[in-house]
Amino acid sequence: MIKLQQISKIYGSGEVATHVLKNIDLEIKQGEFVAIMGPSGSGKSTLLNILGALDEPSSGTYTFFDSSINSFSKEQLALFRRYILGFIFQGFNLLKKTSALENVMMPLVYQGIDAKSRKEMAYKALKSVGLESHVYYNSNELSGGQQQRVAIARAIVTNPQVLIADEPTGNLDTQRSHEIMELIRSFNQNGITVIMVTHEEDIASFATRTIYLRDGVIERERTHAL
Amino acid sequence: MLFSAFLQAIREIRRNLMRSMLTAMGIVIGIASVIAMVNIGKGASESITKSVSNLGSNTLYIMPSQEHGPGGNTAFSKPFTMKDVEILKSSIVALQAISPVASASITALYKDQNYQTSVRGVSNDYFSVQNWALKEGRFFEISELRTGQNVCIVGQTVVNKIFPLGESPIGAKIRLQNFSCEVVGMLQTKGANTFGTDQDDLVVVPIKMFQRRISGKEDVPLVMASVKENIPLEEAKIQIEQVLRERRHLKEHEESNFSVRSMTALLDTISNVTSMLTVMLSAVAAISLIVGGIGIMNIMLVSVTERTREIGIRMAVGAMAKDILIQFLIEATVLSALGGIIGLIIGIGITIAVAVAMDIAIIIDPTISVIALVFAMLIGIFFGLLPARKASNMNPIDALRYE
Repeated sequence: MIKLQQISKIYGSGEVATHVLKNIDLEIKQGEFVAIMGPSGSGKSTLLNILGALDEPSSGTYTFFDSSINSFSKEQLALFRRYILGFIFQGFNLLKKTSALENVMMPLVYQGIDAKSRKEMAYKALKSVGLESHVYYNSNELSGGQQQRVAIARAIVTNPQVLIADEPTGNLDTQRSHEIMELIRSFNQNGITVIMVTHEEDIASFATRTIYLRDGVIERERTHAL
Repeated sequence: MLFSAFLQAIREIRRNLMRSMLTAMGIVIGIASVIAMVNIGKGASESITKSVSNLGSNTLYIMPSQEHGPGGNTAFSKPFTMKDVEILKSSIVALQAISPVASASITALYKDQNYQTSVRGVSNDYFSVQNWALKEGRFFEISELRTGQNVCIVGQTVVNKIFPLGESPIGAKIRLQNFSCEVVGMLQTKGANTFGTDQDDLVVVPIKMFQRRISGKEDVPLVMASVKENIPLEEAKIQIEQVLRERRHLKEHEESNFSVRSMTALLDTISNVTSMLTVMLSAVAAISLIVGGIGIMNIMLVSVTERTREIGIRMAVGAMAKDILIQFLIEATVLSALGGIIGLIIGIGITIAVAVAMDIAIIIDPTISVIALVFAMLIGIFFGLLPARKASNMNPIDALRYE
């Protein structure tokens, strides 16, 4: 499904150039749950951003099925994010002073879905993360765990093929973290491919495969028994 | 998508209501000024036109001086005489009525009441030229005019001032300066004209009596004439000029040392002044609109910076650069259009208030309202473009990382 070949990312140039990613080769199959781990500065977030089409590699090729993503224009990248990907961020990244329902409806606006269907789909997504009783709460009135559930609902409402999660439990306590991970795992079991960055082993254990990065290269990887 | 962006814009404006309102203030003031200026200008023009036609749009003012604008110097001009008036009356068939007019400000006395008023020496034609009707009594007898008898016809204001008990003034003897005259008639009320002058504040006497008792001269400082219906004013004017040039022995190449003016000419002058004022004040309003537009641009730039993260989130979920551009453009346009609508309401309010206070016609021009609103929206689009472009050119990953 996803194939990275010789992906490198260099920030700056000349003497101050920083090689964040060095010739990464990675293949992710449809329906996989991949965790990316590594110490700070290892390049895991950069790798995730490239996979999420938010950032472009300095060199190498990124292929999604048969499409070469790194030859995409800005508009094509936006469409790729719009229809194929769903995002979950560490800091939830919800719109402030905006209801849970409106937050979840937001990606559907860009898909050109009519208001009535948007509302129905957003309600269904919020129900699937157990927040049907909080649809009209403003994001700032919700707890951290609830906010991340809204963010997950927003990510899955467009029925994406790939879920990109950047430290989804980074701001949550252990119990909430496990609840969120169970939720993400349930979506993975329903067929969504999940790529997640984390620095916690127990969170990575929810994945089917863990990739360890160090200094911009894949140090090792481990497949988990289900 | 557009409707969603519109709703989003309304939500953003409501979220920062105070800031939005202050931002739109420049547009509000600009639009309110334009609307008020243009509408009040039009109302005033219409009222002036109306009152001038009430005064008699077929009236000609013949003065023994050149047209040097209002208050032209008459000191060195040869004055008219009663003979001039008589010859004009008998020789020009286009004229319906013609009367000499001489006036002076004099105190009128009756018993222990006194009141400073305008005393006018005229002939009976004056009442026809000025559309005066009688409320009580009669006009002057021919014999009274010929011999300059001490008789007078009074206006309503004078009656109210010196006959406070409500008694009929007919037959009463009022004192003007050092002589007395018998009131033979009382004029119908006309009220104030457009320039605010009380038209009923006058005492009318035979011209001959005025010349003998008040001015002490045979001069006629002004001649007023009305032209018959269906005869163009210009034609009558030319005829009058010909007769007077002959009477004054002017050679062909010599300039006239008198003037024949109509109210329409005066009207043109007034309307020129009004349009000039409207243009000047509108220019001031336009500057206010530009300043308002810059205010909107400023706040939109602040808003884009504040909402950098939101822009990043929107781009992450699939918004294209043009979606972000449209969103911020619509926000700026809605903000300025809202300012335009509030300005329009305030402008109409000011128009009505001023029109009522000044007693002029209330005119709300729909065309200027639409133009003002469209202009306000264009300002929003123009000044919203820079912030919107700034927002849409952001890199999604940089926007998401923005703290």
